[in-house]
Amino acid sequence: MTSTPQPLLSVQDLCKFFPIFSKGFFQRKAGVVKAVNEVSFDLFPGETLGLVGESGCGKTTTGRAILRAIDPTSGKVLFHDQGQTHELSGLPTPELKPLRTRMQMIFQDPFSSLNPRMTVGDIVGEPLKIHRLAKGTELRDRVAAMLERVGLRPEHAIRYPHAFSGGQRQRIGIARALVMNPALIVADEAVSALDVSVQAQVINLLEDLQEEFHLTYIFIAHDLSVVKHICDHIAVMYAGRIVELAPTDELFSAPKHPYTRALLSCVPHPDPDIKMNFDLHGEVADPANLPSGCSFHPRCSECIERCSQDVPDLTTRDERLLACHLIDPDQ
Amino acid sequence: MNKNVLEVDDLRTSFFTDEGELQAVRGVTFHLERGRVLGLVGESGCGKSVTSYSVMRLIQEPGRIVGGQILLHTGDGRTLDTATLNEKSEELYEVRGGLVSMIFQEPMTALSPVHSIGNQICEAILLHQDVTQADAERLAVDMLGKVGIPGPEERLSQYPHELSGGMRQRVVIAMALVCKPELLIADEPTTALDVTIQAQVLRLIKELQAELGTSVLFITHDLGVIAQMADDVAVMYLGRIVEQGSVHAVLKAPLHPYTQALLRSLPGLSGTRERLASIEGTVPNLREIPPGCPFHPRCEAFKEGLCDTGAAPELEELAADHRVACVRAKEVNGL
Repeated sequence: MTSTPQPLLSVQDLCKFFPIFSKGFFQRKAGVVKAVNEVSFDLFPGETLGLVGESGCGKTTTGRAILRAIDPTSGKVLFHDQGQTHELSGLPTPELKPLRTRMQMIFQDPFSSLNPRMTVGDIVGEPLKIHRLAKGTELRDRVAAMLERVGLRPEHAIRYPHAFSGGQRQRIGIARALVMNPALIVADEAVSALDVSVQAQVINLLEDLQEEFHLTYIFIAHDLSVVKHICDHIAVMYAGRIVELAPTDELFSAPKHPYTRALLSCVPHPDPDIKMNFDLHGEVADPANLPSGCSFHPRCSECIERCSQDVPDLTTRDERLLACHLIDPDQ
Repeated sequence: MNKNVLEVDDLRTSFFTDEGELQAVRGVTFHLERGRVLGLVGESGCGKSVTSYSVMRLIQEPGRIVGGQILLHTGDGRTLDTATLNEKSEELYEVRGGLVSMIFQEPMTALSPVHSIGNQICEAILLHQDVTQADAERLAVDMLGKVGIPGPEERLSQYPHELSGGMRQRVVIAMALVCKPELLIADEPTTALDVTIQAQVLRLIKELQAELGTSVLFITHDLGVIAQMADDVAVMYLGRIVEQGSVHAVLKAPLHPYTQALLRSLPGLSGTRERLASIEGTVPNLREIPPGCPFHPRCEAFKEGLCDTGAAPELEELAADHRVACVRAKEVNGL
């Protein structure tokens, strides 16, 4: 071990803008959707970072841009793996391909993320075939072992996805991601579609696998209670930007950004005596037409004049990153 | 006036498929007091939506209500059994959208994409109230204002795709409440919405419920939403109610092993990184409903010969305003 641990992933000023074209024959560029805007964070091996926020805040796009499932507009994604550092955002496809085995994704919908015409064995074995890592008996054995590890039976390999329940399908998706022996997993709403009792099983499985294979997770979710349970650090996103990034316990015990506070207070608690806050007005900012200054200012109850003029920088305060004018970095 | 607005007694709804009869609701009994909110909670496939669709008589072929009563007590002293009303009868038309109305989960599919919002709300008014088109439009504008839609006059001519998800759900709520129904069925009304918008919509339902005195049957899988919204709760599992009582009794001191396990398996309540107490196995298929207590194959308190034989246990009053369908509940909870 070195004295200063190196992050597995270091994201710097990552941006992903989508052009909007005007209607009609000459599709002129009419504007731009700033889906991900100057997102930066470090992620250390074996840790779990939660990306939370409401729909359209850019959490999924961030996950995809990191893995190069889509090409980022600008910014750097440094992936430190097996003694080497790779800059993913600019890497040409042939050099990217071998790295794909080291980073995998688990998707939200276990119904649409599995090909209904392929057997479970083919689905889980396909990545190994594509990367020519195993064939024949070895391929079958590795698939069988992986299926067993995620709580399915080896004989399930010959069946088709429709024969499985939602929770079991999600296990198949996890097996497909893990069969490559990756270092980084991006789990995009991996448990959102599941019922509570099954969700708990899958969360436990993800945690066991993380320990066993020393995995690093980026856990994208809108459900704050799931994120609170599974993550070491949480980044709260709003309108394409990270507004607060803090260790989980600190974020939940003392949220600093007004948006984080509002978001946490809106979660309905299953104890009827703990009343939720119904007071946040307005809707999520439209990323194609962002308000000036801080994107949250039209909904913020503590907004000051400066908030509508300058975009607040994401600055470090103790162990926390925060983008808000109200909390002065000098104090 | 009867103090209950709705009394469901031994409701059974089945779907007759090629694979045989699937019993989605298997003897559900509950009542809803006027002006109160009853939460129906459970995981997918537990029959909560089928129960609510049965009340509205929206069960489609190959489904059918095969037994039981659904008594609707109207404010003017009549009692209608919606389970047996003729499909084409005046009364059933009055029930649907008039006496009872419904908010659905997906506001986009609940609204017609080719009719303007004004058109859709006025249709409901004109069907159930004896008013002119101009009056109907005025009522629609009033209602849109009440559900917090800015500029309601201009909105009348807009189409659902021009509104955000939260706004669409407000339109659906306006449509449901414009005829002042006695019973509002809200089937997962906020599941498709973000938390901050969910909070706004829940608040709106609460305020309107208090203002109009509507009784609400609130269906959700989210125990948090139930805790914040309901006065009483019924927990369903495999087509039966397993626990029923006031929201405080059921959520703070659950007596049925299923409810207890469900609450324990919620993440984020205990400390972080602790192992979640999950429930073993999955909800069984409706074709393979276990004998005896339907929950017994997954239950920690399972006792052979007691839980897995005979009929499913009936609800039994174990504490004030708290009924549980479990033969071992007394023993397990030390009552």
